[in-house]
Amino acid sequence: MDTLSLLADGFAIALTPGNLMLAVIGCVLGTIIGALPGLGPSNGVAILIPLAFSLGLDATAALVLMTAVYYGAMYGGRISSILLNIPGDEPALMTTLDGYPMARQGRAGDALVLSGVASFVGAFLATLGLMLLAPWLARLAFRFGPAEYFALYILAFSTLGGIASGNQAKALIATCIGLGIAMIGLDNATGMPRFTFGSMQMMDGIDFLVAIVGLFAVTEVFVFIESHGRESALGVKLGRIRVPWSDIRATFTTMLRATGIGFIAGILPGAGASLGSFLAYMGEKAIAKDKSRFGKGDPRGIAAPEAGNNAAAGGALVPMLTLGVPGSGTTAVLLALLMTLNITPGPTLFTDRPDVVWGLIASLLIANIVLLVLNVPLVKLFVKILMVPPSVLLPGVTMISFVGIYSLSGSSFDLLMMIGFGVMGYFFRKLDVPTVPIILGILLGNNMEDSLRRAMVISGGDWTYLFSSPIAIGLWIAAALGFMAPMFLRGVLKRPQAITD
Amino acid sequence: MSDRIFALAVIVVALGYILSATTIQTGFMPDPVGPKLFPYMIGGAAIIAAITILIRPDEEPDWPGAATFGRIALAVVVLVGYAYALKPLGFLIPTAIAAGLLSYQIRPDAWRAALTGLGLSIGLFVIFRFGLGLGLFGFPRSWGIF
Repeated sequence: MDTLSLLADGFAIALTPGNLMLAVIGCVLGTIIGALPGLGPSNGVAILIPLAFSLGLDATAALVLMTAVYYGAMYGGRISSILLNIPGDEPALMTTLDGYPMARQGRAGDALVLSGVASFVGAFLATLGLMLLAPWLARLAFRFGPAEYFALYILAFSTLGGIASGNQAKALIATCIGLGIAMIGLDNATGMPRFTFGSMQMMDGIDFLVAIVGLFAVTEVFVFIESHGRESALGVKLGRIRVPWSDIRATFTTMLRATGIGFIAGILPGAGASLGSFLAYMGEKAIAKDKSRFGKGDPRGIAAPEAGNNAAAGGALVPMLTLGVPGSGTTAVLLALLMTLNITPGPTLFTDRPDVVWGLIASLLIANIVLLVLNVPLVKLFVKILMVPPSVLLPGVTMISFVGIYSLSGSSFDLLMMIGFGVMGYFFRKLDVPTVPIILGILLGNNMEDSLRRAMVISGGDWTYLFSSPIAIGLWIAAALGFMAPMFLRGVLKRPQAITD
Repeated sequence: MSDRIFALAVIVVALGYILSATTIQTGFMPDPVGPKLFPYMIGGAAIIAAITILIRPDEEPDWPGAATFGRIALAVVVLVGYAYALKPLGFLIPTAIAAGLLSYQIRPDAWRAALTGLGLSIGLFVIFRFGLGLGLFGFPRSWGIF
């Protein structure tokens, strides 16, 4: 079969000693980042991008490293959920509901192992799903013209603003801010400067990495200053780690169901891992005969969200790789990584750079196995990392962010801009304005405008061209539904507060 | 109230954005849309969303007290100073000071903060310079070491 031979080529790339080492380093770093409260996959990957770039890694190697960090952070997020009742990142929020109670009952080790296995099942199956679905979607995407792409961008923003946020108007404003920032600099088509106000530094536009690191990492410092850096204390004892086979057997079908739900949620542009874990948990609770133990340490309540969020992490890579439209905050950051490496995601990636795609898929499969080893027998090592107090961690993260951005451009102007984004992120967090749409807007703004302008050039200014193909109409309908659905479902789907993905 | 102020600020910025977009020079290429329309759409959408918020604001967020704002403002000043100091003064000294001050803002314990600053400065320098091979300068270049 075609896929298998391509995958074999991928393994040949991923199994070179250099890439294998990067995958292991990425997994360890990622698990640490995920476990630390306040650092998750999106800001963790964000602060590492400038460094990975400065290291001069080639595209495949950089991608192997960063996706290993991404998967690792998804695994690691559960550790602080279970032991501290503080989600290490937002997708791990649902895991606190049953994970912490189970840990309080003296079964912390069991909860960690069970969730590690559930993460593995979700992530591994989702990577297989990615492998089968992505090439097919990439072929479909060849039929996308500018009108379809424009509708797709609208879909991504409207699901992100609709399903994944509490207030559509605020999400729309955030999107506009991002798109508005993307317009700064030279216009692609005419070469005329826009919104530069005569400043040379604005000619190149605003680097998306500056915005991402500012909004995701610097903001976190201000949030911690406000919260007085409540020192995290381990509330539960961790005894000997053993494998709770009976729980794993009992929840295996739960994991499979949650993987399916999570994967689909991940594929939806703009929805992402938080939605995956939420739907997986709610779904499992809905079909359970005995609901009384949910929220009190039910193993199913641990297995479902962990399998769900890790499956969604894999699913979110599908639209990111095949269409160049990320499904979550973290995949938006990975898209930023690809753009930094001069790789254009989209259908052509699969034909022009199969080495990148299949090397990535193979290293994801390897990373999963490494992560299972790291997160089950060696989980005690990572638990120690939770002891790092915020008063050391946050200054460290800030300094790493500064050095990363500084090493990219060497300009103080970019650093000031990053601080500005950090301050903005703090106020937006207080006001409940989501910041992920800003990032997505900055990343996709120019492509979105280009697709609109090209569509208008093709049609000679006829607006109905945007709705002229079945694919485009389908995308517009999906976008409208994604944006409106929460208005009607708000009572049914009461989401926990969302911060970043 | 906070939401309404935010919405008004968005409207002002969006109007300024649209006004600024009117001055964009158009090119010679035949282009039915041109470089102005998309910025107009962005500004217009932001204004519509802001008006919605003006009409239906969310609950007031939980703002911290003046003392906390003071600490955050101080942290911003420290970071801005750091951004300017990094180039002329090298990595080690500004990082030790900035990391120490930030640590003190999060947890007011002078000794721990000083140790944190020193440790982070030296530790990160070793990692960046010798581990990752970044071209950082440890001290002001005129000193001629590192």
